[in-house]
Amino acid sequence: MFPVQRPLSALVALSAICAVLTFSSARADTLDTIMSAKVLKVAVPQDFAPFGSAGPDLQPQGYDIDMANLIARELGVKVEIIPVTSANRIPYLQTHKADLVISSLGKNAEREKVIDFSDAYAPFFSGVYATKEVAVTKPADLAGKTVGATRGAIEEQALTAMVPSDTTIKRFEDNNATIAAFVSGQVDLIATGNTVAAAIAEKSPARAPTLKFVIKDSPCYVGLNKDEPKLLAKVNEIIAKAKSSGELAKLSEKWLKAPLPPGF
Amino acid sequence: MIYKLQFDSLLPYWTVLLQGLLFTIILTTVSTAAGIAVGTAGASARVFGPRWLGRIVVGYVEIIRNTPFIVQLFFIYFGLPAAGIKLSESVAAFLAMVINLGAYSTEIIRAGIEAVPKGHLEAGSSLAMSRVEVLRYIVLRQAFAKVWPALSSQIIIVMLGSSVVSQISAQDLTYAANFIQSRNFRAFEVYLVAALIYLSLAIAVRALLRAIGHRFVSVR
Repeated sequence: MFPVQRPLSALVALSAICAVLTFSSARADTLDTIMSAKVLKVAVPQDFAPFGSAGPDLQPQGYDIDMANLIARELGVKVEIIPVTSANRIPYLQTHKADLVISSLGKNAEREKVIDFSDAYAPFFSGVYATKEVAVTKPADLAGKTVGATRGAIEEQALTAMVPSDTTIKRFEDNNATIAAFVSGQVDLIATGNTVAAAIAEKSPARAPTLKFVIKDSPCYVGLNKDEPKLLAKVNEIIAKAKSSGELAKLSEKWLKAPLPPGF
Repeated sequence: MIYKLQFDSLLPYWTVLLQGLLFTIILTTVSTAAGIAVGTAGASARVFGPRWLGRIVVGYVEIIRNTPFIVQLFFIYFGLPAAGIKLSESVAAFLAMVINLGAYSTEIIRAGIEAVPKGHLEAGSSLAMSRVEVLRYIVLRQAFAKVWPALSSQIIIVMLGSSVVSQISAQDLTYAANFIQSRNFRAFEVYLVAALIYLSLAIAVRALLRAIGHRFVSVR
């Protein structure tokens, strides 16, 4: 009970402060802010090829950067590329340092609580790969065959559960050993992610892996703040347009060296 | 915070551990026998053989002793297929261990051979023993008696070093431990148990080698 000298003026000052606070926290939908400022701020990965990495000229390049450019182009605004890491990409979005997060973002229940997701724009899946001649189209075809995988990886655990009992799974300690086993011919089939397969195809075209079947699908989504219906609708509209015009398929060929998986 | 050890999470996987242990024991036994044979041949060639053969042995020993075992293993398993030689992981593991132990035991046995007094060789040849008989009955018998402790240590080192073959997916004890850990996420318990198994194995092998030393190797 501190003595308030002039209760009325204290009350007026307090309500003025509250009014200012509520007024400043009211915000137009981010889409309007973007259109009026003519700048789209996008957070992209800086060290996760082929989605986002530094090119030979130290400029960001990758699937996600191309996607950011695409969206900005469709909106008719300039794009500001903001390199982020997996740890700070969502905080950047939440503090409005970025309007969108296009950073090989996967959707899960925890994240759904704090941000919104657009429709999928890039495939990100693990599957069983082999060179073109190997005739495998489903898990049952692996009977009696040998598959290489990285121990403890999600695709290795899922694969162990879905293969016939006479399939041999050779588990290596890390991704590099698994890749070395495939490239050297020690294993003819491997279970790995589509980005790893793309990297192998680029470095060793003679042993380019082609997808035989998908183990687990976890495509990439654009991340937005909650309560931005106009921006979300517009982003989804742009993604749908890129899908039907074939532009998304071109991005997939360019960065992932593979067509979009069926049903994308 | 005191970490509560939960060994019961390992119980469902005891067969995996057992298979890994068996693989390690068999791999070690076979590689040791072959490795010591290679070492004996190398040491004899270096000391008694023609100059050119000695130079080849020196080259082999220096290359193997001055490169890491895992690099040798990866070269055999991942590198040789590029030259058309594709080996399964068990064969590659065996080959790498034989080559590795062969190099180290060449030097160890050579030290033993050179410690045999020259007079013994002369005495042998003056009794009309052939060079092979001199080598077998006079030189090697004494050489092994002198270096048996050092050789035993090298065998134990190679046995423990065999854990590296898990890197090429050979299913030894370490591979089993890594596999179990990737399923139950109890790294502390898993690797504690694996370490204790290796320790018991090393103690048992050392005792066995000491017994063999007393019975067969020591000069009576």
